Amino acid sequence: MENKNQLNSKLTRRDFMKKTSLAAGGGFLLSSLPIGSSAYAAANDTLNVAVIGCGGRGTGAANQALTADNGVKIVALADLFRDRLDECYTALSERLKASNETDRLAVPEEHKFVGFDGYKHAIELADVVILATPPGFRPEHFEEAVRQGKHIFMEKPVATDAHGVRRVLQAGREAKRKKLNVVVGLQRHYQNNYNEALQHIRDNAIGKITAGQVYWNGAGVWVRERQPGMSELEYQNRNWYYFNWLCGDHILEQHIHNIDVANWFIGEYPVSAQGMGGREVRNGKDHGQIFDHHFVEFTYPGGAVIASQCRHQPNTFSRVAEHFQGAFGTIELDSNNKAVIKDWDGVVLYDHEGMNDPNPYQVEHDKLFASIRNGEVIDDTEYGAKSTMTAILGRMATYSGQMITWDQAINANDKMVPDNMTWDTPPPVMPDENGNYPVPTPGVTDVLGTESTASKG
Amino acid sequence: MIKKACNVWDNPNLFWILVLPFFILSCKSSEVNTNNTPVQSEPTSQNETNNVAVTDIQTEEYTAEIPGSGEEIEMVLVPGGNYEMGPFENGEIHEVKVDSFWIAKHEITWDEYNLFRNEVLEDIRTQVYKELYGVDLEGDAISSPTLSEEALDLLRDNDIPADIISLPSPPYSDMTAGMGTDGFPAVSMTHYAAFMFTKWLTVKTGNFYRLPTEAEWEYACRAANPNVYEPISNQSELNRFAWYRDNSERKYHQPGSKEPNALGLYDMLGNVAEWTFDQYYEDYGAQLEHNPADNPFFKPDQLYPRSVRGGSWMDPAESASCVQRRGSNPNWKMRDPQLPKSLWWHTNAPFVGIRVVRPVNEPNSVDEMEEYWIDAIQDYN
Repeated sequence: MENKNQLNSKLTRRDFMKKTSLAAGGGFLLSSLPIGSSAYAAANDTLNVAVIGCGGRGTGAANQALTADNGVKIVALADLFRDRLDECYTALSERLKASNETDRLAVPEEHKFVGFDGYKHAIELADVVILATPPGFRPEHFEEAVRQGKHIFMEKPVATDAHGVRRVLQAGREAKRKKLNVVVGLQRHYQNNYNEALQHIRDNAIGKITAGQVYWNGAGVWVRERQPGMSELEYQNRNWYYFNWLCGDHILEQHIHNIDVANWFIGEYPVSAQGMGGREVRNGKDHGQIFDHHFVEFTYPGGAVIASQCRHQPNTFSRVAEHFQGAFGTIELDSNNKAVIKDWDGVVLYDHEGMNDPNPYQVEHDKLFASIRNGEVIDDTEYGAKSTMTAILGRMATYSGQMITWDQAINANDKMVPDNMTWDTPPPVMPDENGNYPVPTPGVTDVLGTESTASKG
Repeated sequence: MIKKACNVWDNPNLFWILVLPFFILSCKSSEVNTNNTPVQSEPTSQNETNNVAVTDIQTEEYTAEIPGSGEEIEMVLVPGGNYEMGPFENGEIHEVKVDSFWIAKHEITWDEYNLFRNEVLEDIRTQVYKELYGVDLEGDAISSPTLSEEALDLLRDNDIPADIISLPSPPYSDMTAGMGTDGFPAVSMTHYAAFMFTKWLTVKTGNFYRLPTEAEWEYACRAANPNVYEPISNQSELNRFAWYRDNSERKYHQPGSKEPNALGLYDMLGNVAEWTFDQYYEDYGAQLEHNPADNPFFKPDQLYPRSVRGGSWMDPAESASCVQRRGSNPNWKMRDPQLPKSLWWHTNAPFVGIRVVRPVNEPNSVDEMEEYWIDAIQDYN
């Protein structure tokens, strides 16, 4: 028996699949299996990738997929706008021209899908999908990719409201059943300094984390101008960063990275949040609805309190980093490969040397495709969804000016994104007669939708 | 709505670009403040001013004010001469001739760089078309990000590139790595961004600014010393002049907080490494023609590598040297998640900054200036 077990353990998964396929009656070829059900692709199989959302980030993710695995081909592109899709195609062509691999971009005209429902058709053509549209659309796209049994790379955040988070968690359970790989673009989880530092924390280097400060303070991002003849819905989708149904505000869209690190390092999700925020310097008509600063206290079940600050204000103090304090010492982290652990006397216990660390944006794709090849499963959905929820909780606290609990937030009746949108769907938010959009007012704004049932889900 | 003046001499600003340097050469005072506006007295004629000997003005300094900002860039004259450039990595040295130029006493700070970042594209384009090309386009013809067809036609007719000047896009994240802005050196900009900053400065001040060539940078760093260069190997000596890994506490410092070199230039050795004008060649010395090589530079036509000189707060002591060279690398944008990658930001190079120069013999026309301007190259790495 022992020998037989040893022999079996040397069989590769591929051998096993071949034998079972043959046993099932021949003619049942591995390559004809839907990837999702086989959960396995031999090294020489092509992995077809569809890009849903062809902006700079979607195109960048496609590039990383191409770099991760020689057997990857880009076979379909989907975007609301033809010009963005064409820019993506051009950029990928240029990227592949340099390495004489233009055959890896195999997107004929009929596989270029423009409009709101293009994602469904693009997903059909793929083994792996990259979901990189504005986050408001993510729940719908994720659900469809899971329904069709595809492996998934999806950018953070994974939704813009609690309603969307619940949908993603639900679809995530289905993905798990189908053994689909789901990598979420919270790339600090794929970055050496964070993983090394976490190991030291788990090894009790500074004791339990009791407090911390997480920052995304910078000058702000792009603004896209309204062009003549643009419909309101097109304008909002072009300038999506400034509309809550599409973006979720910068506390969610960017600061999620740092809030996620707090959750990850503490090992819990907050029970409540309270905070303040507003629009101080970025308050023009072209800045839609979002705040330019938020400051939130998140309280965790174990008692830790995290002060979270994010700011989009030019010429102010800038910092993008995470600091934590424990019983015996402190830790400072940032995305520039910093990880410094000190005791309370200032003695350096660990100082990460990260000059030659790999690019975490690349690593997340390397791991995704290796996992697909090896028949393994990476499942980032739950923490991706719950960190999304944490940032939404923070936004609920700053928009309302109230103490909000996790349970209130996750059950909120706050659906912002219409289902099955078309170009005829009325935009969920409209400007007033002066061109200004409604902006949340602390003390007034209801973020939980308490007029309706607040305890579903 | 659109008028045009083709002859550069019809343009008073250009006229001053051309004659101001000669005027400064003839000045006897040790401090000349250009104040950005033309000096008040009239130069006699171009022919007379051409004869002024460069050697008369070896200690000249002046302060370039950036109009409307209160920011000033102090410039120090480096009198031209011949020197033994190198040693390069293979130990070679090569004799090089460098003409006189002014170089900034300090590295460019965020306070200065942010004036460029915060510029309004329509305003600066209007100014460029008018002051460099004598083409007057009203503001509403230049609407960001597109130009009206009428405006484009006029630019085409006059052979003016529509994107003659562009401004940095906002970075996704904090490009200072938390090291501070007020009074601290600007970092993390691409070579294209650094070069565009100098073009912006040219338009704002009415004088021709550019990045130093490698040959100029090394010569200025050595304080115009013509002899073979000896780096400072004694660390306590080096500590007087340079911020580098062992003394920087892992961050850049305010320019001017160490001692200057013999020409009065601060932070040449360390603090932030500095962009030069050139494409980077590993075998720079072997690429040089003539002996001495006459004001050599290698105009970039490839995106990578481009040349950076001097050490930085991140680098070991041996990099804090006038002969330290390195080429830029796609890894400097490693954590730029997009494709194409940003034209403007090196997400992973918080060690590289800018120092500007202004040649004493300025270009005689915009056509000649254009010889020193480089095109944007999309980054698909």
